[in-house]
Amino acid sequence: MRRRLLSLLLLLLAPLLTAQSAPQLVPDISARRVDIQYSFTGAQLLLFGAILYPGGRVPRRQADVAVVLKGPVQPILVREKQKIAGIWANADSSRFRSAPGFYAVASSRPIADLVDERTAAIYELGLQNLQLSPGGGAQPDKERRFEAGLLELRHRQGLYAENPNGVEISGSVLYRARIVIPSQVPVGTYTAETFLIDRGKVIAAATKDIVVGKSGFERFVAQTAQRQSFLYGLAAIVLPLLLGWAAAEVFRRRGA
Amino acid sequence: MDIYLPIAGMSVNALLIVVLGTLVGVLSGLFGVGGGFLTTPLLIFYGIPPSVAVASATTQITGASVSGVLAHMRRGGVDLRMGLVMIAGGLVGSLAGAGIFRLLQATGQIDTVIGVLYVLLLGSIGSLMLRDAAQALGWLKPPERPAGRPRHNRWVASLPGRWRFYASGLYLSPIAPALLGLLAGILTVLLGVGGGFILVPAMIYILGMTARVVIGTSLVMILAVSAATTMIHALTTQSVDIVLAGLLLVGGVIGAQYGAMMTTRLKPDLLRLTLALIILAVALRMAVGLTYRPDEIFSIEYL
Repeated sequence: MRRRLLSLLLLLLAPLLTAQSAPQLVPDISARRVDIQYSFTGAQLLLFGAILYPGGRVPRRQADVAVVLKGPVQPILVREKQKIAGIWANADSSRFRSAPGFYAVASSRPIADLVDERTAAIYELGLQNLQLSPGGGAQPDKERRFEAGLLELRHRQGLYAENPNGVEISGSVLYRARIVIPSQVPVGTYTAETFLIDRGKVIAAATKDIVVGKSGFERFVAQTAQRQSFLYGLAAIVLPLLLGWAAAEVFRRRGA
Repeated sequence: MDIYLPIAGMSVNALLIVVLGTLVGVLSGLFGVGGGFLTTPLLIFYGIPPSVAVASATTQITGASVSGVLAHMRRGGVDLRMGLVMIAGGLVGSLAGAGIFRLLQATGQIDTVIGVLYVLLLGSIGSLMLRDAAQALGWLKPPERPAGRPRHNRWVASLPGRWRFYASGLYLSPIAPALLGLLAGILTVLLGVGGGFILVPAMIYILGMTARVVIGTSLVMILAVSAATTMIHALTTQSVDIVLAGLLLVGGVIGAQYGAMMTTRLKPDLLRLTLALIILAVALRMAVGLTYRPDEIFSIEYL
């Protein structure tokens, strides 16, 4: 009881004491940039860092760490198939204005044990707490159905992941988490957020950006397809003509 | 060996794609079909986004038909005049197809329509060819035909303005082959198929062309229309993956050569039977895919 009172007091005083008493996070990532190249089959990122306690005094009670890697947000339309006259066809659809193209969270303990639902919702901790901004004023049960469908689909594709024991803390001051991104990730700027959580409260947070982009030949191809559509199309026509002709010539010479 | 496809946005097993291209190439050389009816569904089964599969399979059809066209031209197996009429129809058809594609995409029904069309087309053509081949092989008694079956289709013969097509041995209105081309053009855009499996039987049974020039002429038409379709895809959907196309082509053009060499050695009736069975198998697989509960009920479209 006394301890609780003390912590409450500390919490109330926290704004005054921040300079001295709040721990700080120094996060880093194994790569600041993920290059998608011809042999890209996905990547493994190591998100690691240190927890700096004021005055180097490590508290006896170890705080928990949650790491979130979030991809660029996109507006999407989710369609649902239903059996119509014996055939599975798209029937219903629902819009989401801000679905991240990639989302992975790793924590030292299950999110539900770390924070209450409200805090989890504020920091978008956990798949269930993503702010997807469903649009169109649909009925809540339909919205939930589509949200669950979207989460499950992307989870199976490896685009949404949750690892409740993915953060390893050593010596109470160093943490690290491995996050795997599959080959079909969207390109863009990703944010890696690290949260230090103690007694249900986020006591420190830090953010780092990672750029996931196509590079080299892959970048050139993707850009040409968009900016020089006509030339790209021409190349896509000349390529088969040339290859087809070459094969025909080779075989004719051999046969003759 | 994994290779990343820049437009499809995923990595694939390069060797598998090359092998797929080779197999389809052999078939295209053998039967005078573009092979798109196999490439597109197989790419989709592999997990490549349908729009990219359709657009990239089109380039493979171009490549596979080049070698065929050259081979048939040397043998004099191409009716250029007929081919040009069909190409004209095909170009109009591919433009119309692009419009239909957009419309269906906006309503979210493109996948279902593609599936249903595949089943209907492949199913009917496949069974027609199967019956025909079985009769030719003497496994099935041909039905008693009314004596003196007319060589020309009554509808085709009734069209106005007849032209002479010497190489095909025909005197008929260009409207019929142009309409056939139109249909094939629409199918090329919608389904990522060259339409050879429709063109070849239609040219034999409906137009009544001399068998010698049927395959060569259909390949010329497929070559032109698939090239035009590639351009349309590059300009509108921007989903032509040139790396995927290249992988398919490397196998495809070589396979087509072997296929063309095999035609002279194999019994044509057996060939037709085999093609009929392959077509029916694809139709069946698509039908199962439509009626069974799919793995993914939900799908995502980017806005």
